[in-house]
Amino acid sequence: MGVFALGIELDGEGFHPDAWRRATHAPDRLLTGETLRTRVAAAENAGCTLATFADSILPPDAVAGRIDAVTRASFVAAATSTIGLVPTVETTYAEPFHTSSQIATLDYASRGRAGWIAERIDDPRAAAAWGRPRITGEDELAREYRDSIEVTRRLWDSWEDDAVIRDHPNGRFLDRNKLHYIDFRGATFSVKGPAIVPRPPQGQPVVLGADGDVDVRLVAADSVAAAIESAEQARSAGTPLAFAEIDVTLDTPGATAVERFGVAPSNSPARLAFSGSAAALVDLLTHLSAHLDGVRLHPAVIDEDLPVLTREVLPALLRTGVTHRPVPGSTLRANLGLARPANRYAAAH
Amino acid sequence: MTVPPRPDAQLHFGVFFQGVNHTTIWSDPASGSQIDFETFRRVAQTAERGLFDAFFLGEGLRLREQDGKILELDIAGRPDAIAQLAALAGVTRHIGLVATQNTTYNEPADLARRLSGLDLISGGRAGWNAVTTDNAWTGENFRRGGYLEHAQRYERAGEFLDIARAIWDSWRDGAIAASQQSASWASEDAIRPVERSSDHFQVTITPTLPRSPQGHPVIFQAGDSPTGRDFAATHAEVIFSRHGTHFDEALAFADDIRARLRAAGRPDDDIKILPGTQIVLAEKESEVEEKVRWVKDGQYTGQTALSLAGQVWGRDLSHLDPDGPLPTEDPEHRAISETRGAPRHGQDPHAIAREWRARAEAENLSLREVVIATTERSGFAGTPAQVADELARWVRHGAVDGFNVSPYLVPTGLDEIVDWLIPELQERGVYRTEYTGTTLRHHLALPEPLTHRS
Ligand SMILES: Cc1cc2nc3c(=O)[nH]c(=O)nc-3n(C[C@H](O)[C@H](O)[C@H](O)COP(=O)(O)O)c2cc1C
Repeated sequence: MGVFALGIELDGEGFHPDAWRRATHAPDRLLTGETLRTRVAAAENAGCTLATFADSILPPDAVAGRIDAVTRASFVAAATSTIGLVPTVETTYAEPFHTSSQIATLDYASRGRAGWIAERIDDPRAAAAWGRPRITGEDELAREYRDSIEVTRRLWDSWEDDAVIRDHPNGRFLDRNKLHYIDFRGATFSVKGPAIVPRPPQGQPVVLGADGDVDVRLVAADSVAAAIESAEQARSAGTPLAFAEIDVTLDTPGATAVERFGVAPSNSPARLAFSGSAAALVDLLTHLSAHLDGVRLHPAVIDEDLPVLTREVLPALLRTGVTHRPVPGSTLRANLGLARPANRYAAAH
Repeated sequence: MTVPPRPDAQLHFGVFFQGVNHTTIWSDPASGSQIDFETFRRVAQTAERGLFDAFFLGEGLRLREQDGKILELDIAGRPDAIAQLAALAGVTRHIGLVATQNTTYNEPADLARRLSGLDLISGGRAGWNAVTTDNAWTGENFRRGGYLEHAQRYERAGEFLDIARAIWDSWRDGAIAASQQSASWASEDAIRPVERSSDHFQVTITPTLPRSPQGHPVIFQAGDSPTGRDFAATHAEVIFSRHGTHFDEALAFADDIRARLRAAGRPDDDIKILPGTQIVLAEKESEVEEKVRWVKDGQYTGQTALSLAGQVWGRDLSHLDPDGPLPTEDPEHRAISETRGAPRHGQDPHAIAREWRARAEAENLSLREVVIATTERSGFAGTPAQVADELARWVRHGAVDGFNVSPYLVPTGLDEIVDWLIPELQERGVYRTEYTGTTLRHHLALPEPLTHRS
C-alpha cells in the first residue's frame, strides 16, 4: 500500500441539516468567494491531499443555494498550491465535451491538481431542468455514465502532449498528426473531437466515482469491514485506488460530538459514520490506512469540524506518517502515487 | 473639428483574449504559451492595472479546418471560458470577466447557473457574450449532433436569454435568512421555480442562486446581421461589434443600433458599443509605420497568406511559393463557405481575385505581399498621444463607447497600452483614474438589468 490520502468534502456548510446555523458567518456569506477561499486554505495548510465539491443542478436540501462545483474549484485554483481540487460533474445530462473542457481548464489553472467526481443523477427534476427526455433505469444511467467518462477521457488524449510544435519557419503552430478525432459513437450521442483544450498537465486528470473506469473508487459502505471488502474488490477489478467515504462529527472544544448531535448522526446509509474524539478518528483512519488508499471526510459542520481536523487529526496522522503532505509543485496524480498515463493515440503511430 | 455631442463621454476598455487565429504573433521571442494559466493571469492583471472594465474570452468549440484537415496555422487550444474566468476571479479584484458562450450547444438552466455562479463568486463582475455560433460543424461535438439554421439560432437564443433572466430573477431579494435563528436558510416562497415551454425548450427548474451585487451578469452580444442587431436591441447591454476601424462606419453602425433601440422601446444610450480592435503604439511618429509593418509581417506568414488565398481560390494552395506570384488559374465558382471559420465567408471569390491581381500587377507584389497589402489594418496605430486623440474623438462623437482590445502578442501585448496610452487618455479626461465601483455593471455605467427597471 502506497500513500494514504485525506480528502475533505467542502460543499455547503457541512452534511448536517443544521450546519448553516452553526457556521461562523451569516447565512448569505456561504455564497462568497471569501468563505470558500478561507476553507480551502485551511484544508491545504493542514495537509489535506484533496478537497472535493459536491454538486447537482438541483437545489441541495437544507441550504437552497449552491454555486456550481467547477466554478468553486476554479476560483481557488490559482490561489492554492498543493491541494487537489475535485468538483463533481454529473454525467447523466451534461455535455461530455463541456465537462472535458471544464476539468482540463481546472487542471491548467491549478497546474495539475484537478480531479473529477463523475456521478449519475436519477431524478426526474434533473431531466426537467436540463429540458431533456428523462434517462431512467440502471442500464441507461450506467450507459450515460460510462459514455461520458469515455468521451471525456478520449478528449483529454485527443491532443498529444507535443501537438503544439510552433514550427515558425514552416508556419505551422500545430502538428495535425498529433491531433485526433475521437470519433466516439454511443447509443444516444456521438462526439467528433478533437478537444479545444490541449492535453491537460496531468494528461488525464484524476477521475473519482462509485464505479466504472475511474482512478479512485469511492467506496459506499456502512461498516469498516464492508468498506475494506469493497476496496479489495475494486482493486482486483483493476481500479487503481479505493477511498472510503466517512461522515465525521467530532468533539469540539465547546461540546462533545454526542452533545452536539446525539449518537451516530449520519448523512447517508452508504457511508461510514464516525462520531467522537479526534483521537478516536485518528485511530480509525490509522486502521483504515492499512486497507484503503484514502478517505473522503464529510464534516457535519465545516466551521466546527474542520478546525478540529486541522488542529488535531491531521497533525497526528502526519506525525505518524499515516498520511503525507502533498508535495508543492507536483500533481494530484503524483500525490496519489498514480503515474501520468501515456496518450492512447500517441501509441497508434 | 466639429463640437463633440458627448464632451464628457468616458472610454471603456475591455481586453479580448483572441482565441484561435493568426492575429496573435507567435514567432516573436516574447510570445508566450497560449494555454498556460500564467499567460491569462498576466494579461488580466495588466488590464486591471490599466483600470480596464473587462477581461473577455472568446469561444470556439471545434478546431478549424481547411480542405477537410485541421488547420495547422492556428494558435489553437483555449480553455473553457467560465472555468478560466472563475480562476481569474480568484486572482483579480475589480476587472469584469466576460465569457463568450453560445446558445446553440448549451442548455439554459445549466449555463445560467454557471454564469450566475461566476457572478457571485467574483462579487458581481461577470458578463456573458451571447453568441449563436456560425460554425455549422461544431454540432458534431454535442448531443444535439446537428446544426440550426441562422434564423432558428437567433430564435433559440432569444428564448434562451428569456429563460436565463427568469432564472436570475427567481430569488426574491432578501430570500436568504438574515440570521441563523430563522426558521429556514431561505424562505420557501422566496424562490420561484421557472417553467418554460416553447418550440425550443421545455424547462422546469428551481434555481440555486440569488442575484449578485450587480443583479445579473451583463449581457454582451456579438453578431452583425440585421437579425443579430435586433437581437442586441432586444436583449443586450453591450455590443461587441466588428466596426472598429473606420470612424464613419462605426458611427453608422452606432446610429443603426440607436434606431433599433428606440424601436424596441429602450433609450438609445441603453447599450454600450465596444468594437474589437487592435492598437499598435510606437514612441516616436517616425517609428509607427515600421511597427505596423512588423505586426502585419508577424501575423501574415507565408503559410497564412497561402491559406487565406486558398480560401479565396477554393482549393489547397499550400504547395505554392508565398513569395511568388498569385495562381494563374481562376478561383472556383462558389461563394466562400461560411463553415469552418473562414473569415471572408459569403464574399465573391472572383471579385477578390480581380482586386488582388490588379494590386499585384500595379505594385509588383508577391502573393504574400498582396495579402498583406489588401488586408486592412484593423484598429489604430500611432504614438500614444495620436491614438489617444483619435480614441477620444470616436467616443466623444458617439461612434463607440470604447473598445475591446486584442493584444497582438501575449502575454506582454497589453503593457504598452497600459503604460503609454492610458495616461494620455487620462490626461484628456476621457478615462477613469481609479475604479469607483466593484461590479462590471458599475464600470460600464450601465443601468439596472432590463428586467429590473421600474
Ligand atoms: C466581433 C464578433 C465576435 C464574435 N465572437 C464569437 C466567438 O467568440 N464565438 C462564436 O461562436 N461566435 C462569435 N461570433 C459570431 C456570432 O455569434 C454570430 O454567430 C455570427 O456573427 C453570425 O451571426 P450574424 O449573422 O448575426 O453576424 C462573433 C461575432 C462578432 C461580430
